[in-house]
Amino acid sequence: MALLVSVLEQGLCYAIMALGMYITYKILDFPDMTVDGGFPFGICLAVVMIRAGVQPILTLPICFAAGCLIGVCTGIIHVVFKVRDLLAGIIMMTGLYSINLRIAGRANLPMYDYYTIFDNRLMNGIFGAVPGLAKFQSVIILVVIVAVVKLILDWYLKTRSGLMLQAVGDNDVLVTSMGVDRGKVRIIGLAIANGMVALSGSIYAQQQRYFDVSMGTGTAVIGLASVIIGTALLKKLSFFKVTTSVIIGAIVYKACVAIAIKCGLQSTDLKLITAVLFLVILIITRDRKRKVEA
Amino acid sequence: MLELKSIYKNYNAGSVNEMCLFDDFNLTVPDGQFVAVVGSNGSGKTSMLNIICGSIQADRGEVLVNGVNIANQRDYQRHRTIGRVYQDPSKGTCPSMNILENMSIADNKGKRYGLQSGVNHKRKDYYRELLKGLGLGLEDKLYTKVGSLSGGQRQAVALLMSTMTPLEFLILDEHTAALDPKTADIIMELTEKIVREKKVTTIMVTHNLRYATEYGDRLLMMHEGSVILDKAGEEKKNMNPEQIMHLFNEISVECGN
Repeated sequence: MALLVSVLEQGLCYAIMALGMYITYKILDFPDMTVDGGFPFGICLAVVMIRAGVQPILTLPICFAAGCLIGVCTGIIHVVFKVRDLLAGIIMMTGLYSINLRIAGRANLPMYDYYTIFDNRLMNGIFGAVPGLAKFQSVIILVVIVAVVKLILDWYLKTRSGLMLQAVGDNDVLVTSMGVDRGKVRIIGLAIANGMVALSGSIYAQQQRYFDVSMGTGTAVIGLASVIIGTALLKKLSFFKVTTSVIIGAIVYKACVAIAIKCGLQSTDLKLITAVLFLVILIITRDRKRKVEA
Repeated sequence: MLELKSIYKNYNAGSVNEMCLFDDFNLTVPDGQFVAVVGSNGSGKTSMLNIICGSIQADRGEVLVNGVNIANQRDYQRHRTIGRVYQDPSKGTCPSMNILENMSIADNKGKRYGLQSGVNHKRKDYYRELLKGLGLGLEDKLYTKVGSLSGGQRQAVALLMSTMTPLEFLILDEHTAALDPKTADIIMELTEKIVREKKVTTIMVTHNLRYATEYGDRLLMMHEGSVILDKAGEEKKNMNPEQIMHLFNEISVECGN
């Protein structure tokens, strides 16, 4: 039971990041490595702000906005300076590593004694009132947050701006034909995606209650794996919305990692598990083949 | 009125493969004219369209629309008043979206792409009516993904989409070339209908000599970056495909020598 709760907590934290990567990887066809820097950027920003006395709930919109700015930077590097997508992301990811260290001031920063969105007077009051519910406090709060984010994303993708975003990944010639600057649409997409990644980081920060500079390594791989599991799942279960299946993908992925560790691997093997699992998923779903052909 | 004035265009400038395509190229198309353009491969037809639309930049020269030079405008800015249909049917539509979403995107052209609802359900009947005009049975397939339609159906939707909003020019770049003869005929009929209804200035590049003589008010033949035949009005009506074919052969013989 404890394992299930922990898997759900981790999976839901990463789910918002995976939704962001769904925008870049699936909609824009842009493998965005910025995430490896953007996720810990959200974490350290949230930790620093909470330590400075900012309301935990306020760190969420602030981190989203800051993440949007990062996305805009990646977009400008790619669209204006015509740097290849993968390289644009790697440049940002590398630069963000130092920026994160600057913001945090050191390589790791705990905040065990501070209130978070999961642990505060209001929430403790609500969940404390019902016996047995306290165990699921974080999970339930996460479900609500993830559901809200998902619904907002679903709504956005149906707006004119959202349709344009989908069109630019699908057929950017059409976007030009419609008199719209496809570069601008790409930048908007990257901004929203990276905003969600940083938002996800700020939530993860409050669940883990510390920042470590190495926390970001492999985030992009986790995100991509979640998206690929999610979309592969969608082919079998088409009554799900794609955003829902990406969220499920993130949870399934975290469950796989948890099982691997349960089977005797050590937590120091985590990144290796992450990498191997991603490879296995790629091979099983054959997503890479479609990419190569296209 | 569309004017191309003293257009120069070199490909691969400065390399051994340097090729001069346009050397002082001029063309004037009055409002409402339907121009059919023929010519061999590499004669500069598509380059001409690309220079008008801004997909490629001319090295020198002016592109005037109603007297205003648009040569410095970006491609997407020019497309606000230009509708374009490509040879490749997949270029005019979004394959992973359904017909309704595709038509909604086209319907919103020129408006702000903000946070308003992307699909206006009140316009569905209007879209159905437009699709019905195609006679391909697409009016019942509003929720079908465009990617699963045939090339001809997609091209018909693309043609509708490019002409849904008010436009100055319609640019047709071999838009029937990838279709089977019967579908091509349907698309061509449809093109004629739309051009006449909207009275839009149209430039159509085609390899089909029958279409070039049968449709349009003016016929241009291009060769090596210049116009070698320009017939309009009565003169054009008296042209037949054989005459053009004959001219084609003459050019080829010249090239052969």
